[in-house]
Amino acid sequence: MALKVLRILGIGEEVSSTVSAVMHVPSGKQKWKDIVKVEDRELSPREVDKIALLAPEATINIIRNYAVAEKYRVKIPEVARGILRCGNPSCITNGNEPLESEFLVRSHDPLRLDCKYCERELGDVAAHLL
Amino acid sequence: MDLQGEDLISIADLSEPAIHHILREAKALVPAARGEESLDLLKGRILATLFFEASTRTRLSFESAMQRLGGGVLGFGLVEGSSVTKGETLADTVKMVEAYADAIVLRHPQEGAARLAAEFSTKPVINAGDGAGQHPTQTLLDLFTIWDEKGTLEGNQVVLLGDLKYGRTVHSLAYALALLGSDLTMVAPPTLRMPKEILERVEEFGGKPEETESLSEAIQAADVLYVTRIQKERFPDAQEYQRVAGSYRIDLRVLRDAKKDLIILHPLPRVTEIAPEVDRTPHALYFRQAFNGVPIRMALLNLILGGVA
Ligand SMILES: [Zn+2]
Repeated sequence: MALKVLRILGIGEEVSSTVSAVMHVPSGKQKWKDIVKVEDRELSPREVDKIALLAPEATINIIRNYAVAEKYRVKIPEVARGILRCGNPSCITNGNEPLESEFLVRSHDPLRLDCKYCERELGDVAAHLL
Repeated sequence: MDLQGEDLISIADLSEPAIHHILREAKALVPAARGEESLDLLKGRILATLFFEASTRTRLSFESAMQRLGGGVLGFGLVEGSSVTKGETLADTVKMVEAYADAIVLRHPQEGAARLAAEFSTKPVINAGDGAGQHPTQTLLDLFTIWDEKGTLEGNQVVLLGDLKYGRTVHSLAYALALLGSDLTMVAPPTLRMPKEILERVEEFGGKPEETESLSEAIQAADVLYVTRIQKERFPDAQEYQRVAGSYRIDLRVLRDAKKDLIILHPLPRVTEIAPEVDRTPHALYFRQAFNGVPIRMALLNLILGGVA
C-alpha cells in the first residue's frame, strides 16, 4: 500500500525532500498498517480522493512545526472526477474528446464505481488511477 | 414528468410515471403514425439525425415520426468524408449541429457518446444507440408493444430468450420491466447468461428473475416471449453455435404448449431464431413492434420539443 500511495503522489526515485515509508507495522484497529511520511508537501484534493479510493481506511496527518496540525480519515468521494480512466475500451472517454472522466460511487464497501458515460462498472480501481 | 427540453440518454433517466405518460401519448398518436390523420404539432421545428453508424430502421423510424408531427428533418447519414472522419471531436460536431436544429438524435459506435453529446449541446439529445450501450427508444417501443397488447405491464410473465449477455437492449428492457412490475424468466445457454450486475439491478426493484436453460419449461407460463439474436461470433466453434441456435429456435412445435395469448417479440432483423411459419400465428407481434417505433418516437419528440397537445 505504501508504494501505491507513493506512486499516487508521484514520488519516484528522485526526491527533493525527505520521504520515509514504513510497511507492515502492527496496528490496533486493523492488524497492520503502512505509514508514508513526506516532508514539505501539501496534498491536492485530487490526491486525497485517489488515496481514499485506494485505501479507504487511511488517515492523513498534517504535521507543522513538529506537531500534528490536522488529522483526518480520508473520505470516499461521491463522484470521482478526472482521477480514473474507464476500463471499457469502447467508452467515449477513452477517445480524444475534451472531457474529464467521471465515476459515480455506487457502493463504499465493497467499493464499486460506475462510469458516468458508458455506465459500466470499473473492475480494478487501483489499475485505472490516472 | 415534464420532458420538455430534456435529453433521453438511458432508460434509467425515466421514472415510472414518465414511462407510462410516454406510452399513453404514443397510443393516442397511433392513427397519425399510420397516416390516417395529419398533424402539425411540431410545424417549423427541425430534428437533426446524426448517425455515425448505419441503422436504417432506427433512422427511418425517427424521420417518419418527426414528419408525421409536421416537423422537418436534417439527416446527416453516414459521415464519411465529412470533417467528422478527419478527426473532429464529437463535442465539436454536436456544437455545430445544434446551431441548425431544435433537437438531435444521435447514433454512435462508442458507449457513452450520447451522454457526452448531451453535455455539449444546449438542445435536447436523444440516444438512438451508443455502440453496445443504451438504446432507450428501443426499450420504450418494446414496452409499448407489450402494454398495448396486454393492457398492462404489471404481472406479466415475460421470458427473455437468447443472448442475454452481450445484448444491452435486453439489459435495459429487463431493468424497465422489473421497474414496471413484470415477472422475468431468463432463458439462455450457459455462456450467454445475463450478467450478475444486471440481475442485481433487476432484484433491486423487488423482482426475483428466474434463470433456466430450458425453453420448453419456461414457455408454458409465458405471456410474453422476447427473442434476441444469438450471434455466431460469440461461439468458439460452428458446431456449438448450431447446437445452441437450434435448441432456442421458435417454431410451431415449440409453441404447442404455449398460452393462446402468448405474444412473441423480436427487435429484428431476425436470422433463424423464429421460423417463418410462426409469422402467420396470432403470437407474432414483431412486425407490429417495428411499426410501434413510430408512435413511440412521435410521443417522445412531441413531449421533448413541447408540441401543443
Ligand atoms: Zn466508460
